Amino acid sequence: MPFIPHTEDDIEEMLAAIGVETIDALFDEIPDELRCGELDDIPPGMPEMELARLMQARARADGQPLCFIGAGAYDHHIPAAVWELTTRGEFYTAYTPYQAEASQGTLQLLYEYQSMMTALTAMDVSNASLYDGASALAEAVLMAVRANRKSKSKRILVPRNLHPVYRKVTHTIVRNQQIELVEVAYDSASGGIDSTDLDRHSGEDYAALIIPQPNFFGVLEAVDELTDWAHANGMLAIAVVNPLAMAVLKPAGEWGEQGADICCGEGQPLGAPLASGGPYFGFLCSTQKLVRQMPGRIIGKTVDLDGKPGYALTLQAREQHIRRSKATSNICTNQGLMVTAATIHMSLMGSEGLQRVAAASHANAAELTHALTSLPGVEGLFDGPVFHERVVRLPIAANKALRALAAHNVLGGFDLSDDYPELGDAILVCATELRSESDIESYRSKLERVIASQVETPCQLKPDW
Amino acid sequence: MIYEGSRKGRRATAQAPLEKAELSSIPAAMLRDTQAGLPEISEMQAVRHFTRLSQKNFSIDTHFYPLGSCTMKYNPRACNTLASLPALLARHPLAPETHSQGFMGCLYELQEILKTVTGMHAVSLTPAAGAQGEFAGVAMIRAYHDERGDRERNEILVPDAAHGTNPASAVMCGYKTREIPTADDGDIDVEALKSALGPQTAGIMLTNPSTVGVFERRIKEIAGLVHDAGGLLYYDGANLNAILGKVRPGDMGFDVIHMNLHKTFSTPHGGGGPGAGPVGVSKRLEPYLPVPMVDFDGSDYLWLTERDRPQTMGRLSAFAGNAGVLLRAYVYARLLGREGMHRVAEFSTLNANYLLKRLMDAGFDAAYPDRRASHEFILTLKRQAKELGVNTMDFAKRLLDYGVHAPTTYFPLLVPECLLVEPTETEAKEELDNFVEIMKRINQEAETQPEMVKQAPHTMPVRRLDDVRAARELDLAWRED
Repeated sequence: MPFIPHTEDDIEEMLAAIGVETIDALFDEIPDELRCGELDDIPPGMPEMELARLMQARARADGQPLCFIGAGAYDHHIPAAVWELTTRGEFYTAYTPYQAEASQGTLQLLYEYQSMMTALTAMDVSNASLYDGASALAEAVLMAVRANRKSKSKRILVPRNLHPVYRKVTHTIVRNQQIELVEVAYDSASGGIDSTDLDRHSGEDYAALIIPQPNFFGVLEAVDELTDWAHANGMLAIAVVNPLAMAVLKPAGEWGEQGADICCGEGQPLGAPLASGGPYFGFLCSTQKLVRQMPGRIIGKTVDLDGKPGYALTLQAREQHIRRSKATSNICTNQGLMVTAATIHMSLMGSEGLQRVAAASHANAAELTHALTSLPGVEGLFDGPVFHERVVRLPIAANKALRALAAHNVLGGFDLSDDYPELGDAILVCATELRSESDIESYRSKLERVIASQVETPCQLKPDW
Repeated sequence: MIYEGSRKGRRATAQAPLEKAELSSIPAAMLRDTQAGLPEISEMQAVRHFTRLSQKNFSIDTHFYPLGSCTMKYNPRACNTLASLPALLARHPLAPETHSQGFMGCLYELQEILKTVTGMHAVSLTPAAGAQGEFAGVAMIRAYHDERGDRERNEILVPDAAHGTNPASAVMCGYKTREIPTADDGDIDVEALKSALGPQTAGIMLTNPSTVGVFERRIKEIAGLVHDAGGLLYYDGANLNAILGKVRPGDMGFDVIHMNLHKTFSTPHGGGGPGAGPVGVSKRLEPYLPVPMVDFDGSDYLWLTERDRPQTMGRLSAFAGNAGVLLRAYVYARLLGREGMHRVAEFSTLNANYLLKRLMDAGFDAAYPDRRASHEFILTLKRQAKELGVNTMDFAKRLLDYGVHAPTTYFPLLVPECLLVEPTETEAKEELDNFVEIMKRINQEAETQPEMVKQAPHTMPVRRLDDVRAARELDLAWRED
């Protein structure tokens, strides 16, 4: 029996000890009419080697296209040691470190993670992870509403150039608490937050302003001015950042006069493979002042009975297993293993390594946009400085162009026309440090042919989500 | 501490690009003026450091881990290997459907398997963990009532023994919660339930078998009462392992459920996650399921989005949830197959009842001695605490010295000095026998040398930690002096 070690003799002895005849007798408290029969719709068990064939075939079926999509998930090199270590059974098969003395490995690692994240973002404190970047932002919004005692409004200013799915997820998670998300326009020239539109809200009551860095268009925001504007208007500043960008950009804790109050985002660029969208992890950092409003696990350093340093879960009175309906969040299981990978990743790369990756990605994205916009009719949108993504407008229908490119095994970017119809046939393109010169040339030449022929792919497809 | 091995100028940058490219197109005011302050160590230092840290952990791979309610069973290696094929890890989440048919086929089949094994009408895989599944489930209950204009319902009922996530999830959906007491036999107090039900009732959240480790025998009656009052029933799937292939939440009358794939479907717990918390619903709640979901039109797999499901409760993550965890669960489900599903419940229940009987024979007190154990059971050490001054926490810490991870302690709150023990189906009889011997020995130690037990553990990397100091003198990140 797969994964069940019992022999016939074991079963007999165990049933005799319990005093029943059959295993089935152990279910005698379940009313008969509720018992289900055979599960005929589930296929029979499969040996590992057959299943290996099946999974390899499935993986092959999806091909390995050349990827120029970012849009919240980025293809970076991950040092070999990261997942060699992360999948050690002692990390992989442990659970939440409730028994601190038997979990010092995980606990110390999480404390080191908190140390590295606060160094990267220049914030005071970090929690031990949330599910992903989008849900981390939703938690940051809930936290800001709790923490901003001057504000009575439960309203949040959300820029329209923030990741559209982050806006949707945040809405889903906060809407039933009557929190209102109010949209701020972007400047059609720079692609950054429109300061004129923002000023319309000056003097009004909002709990927080969300500031993405970079924003969904890849454009860098004037974070100092925005942070100061939020504080001058009695709002908290919530930074949503790419953690890799923090290696080269001004960190959230240093924005403006006082720094951002909360900094959150998607941890994927720090050692998590693309893997169809997850598991990744959300990170959440804040000022010391707000630590008691944080959701999720936090690890603190302390001492044992002999005065020896050790690590433990702390401030647990915020959490659901203690505070139940009054907890800061319902989160229990988080993304521990992904944080393990991120901690090892940051240790191996160091500040210098992450800077090089960030700078190389920035340079490759510039090269990519240069190559694409050299084609007739292809233009770069927005003149604000960018990190490693850029919006380009095509002279042909964006969805058709992307389909044709995919048929040539190039994922050419993210189609913006659903979320930003005002931009026309615009796509968001990305090149990380992994895209070589010849990759970029391959994309350029295929796009050139696609535009020239304006072909449509023969297969009928639904739009991508 | 990793920073202690850090030396200025030491690097492990074999993994990074050889040179640093220019950032000249970014205005200087937007750049950081000092480096981030990450450790500067060699690759070997890092490997040694994290290998040594791992060795300070208990885990399923190294120790018996009977942590009640968490289902710490063996995580088959094939699940990791086959979900981590290089082509699968390289897949971008926004790859078009033409380049996703293999992956989407796995998700679709997993949805179908979960539907069958739970008896639900439809399943969405996206919630990232049990608590997010709970949130999705309660939000669907709310969407259902709201859509019908039934807006007076503002209360969710939860048993006093419920997981803390239940009331916390209900509150995140804008509900008040009311507790229902547990009767002396471990079942819910049905009379108290009757008096709590009313026009304000939006629904009830139940775990079955319950958190006290017994099957809720009057579940059909409870479902009838709640439905008659206009409320819906939510099933917390934390204990699904106990009944897999034996009885299905859909047949018990539940309208919405979540499953913890990191428990029942044996995906790794990873030191605190990632999990996966798919939700299943009855027909009337199907329109509200979170998106994206996978559909099959007879030849191709398709994503279902807001376009196809305009009444959806929404999205819960940037992409499609913890895809890699879902793939591991899929591999596990295919390895087990239909006959393996039944065996999960059978052998986890056999192990729990055997272990309970042996411990009772050894003189330990069961919280519900007249009930059948499900896949877990509760011991109460009230007597030991009173007579010997050695409490549950002391037993738990002493167990660590004997190489066993402690069961869940002090949960559920209503049983004093309790240990919630869940051996799971993957443990052999001799491991259970060994646990009984260890418990007997600790009991003897509690009688003869209680101070020693109260000081336990003695063999771990640290002794008991000062939690009060941890909370009072907050030290949450390393800083250079």
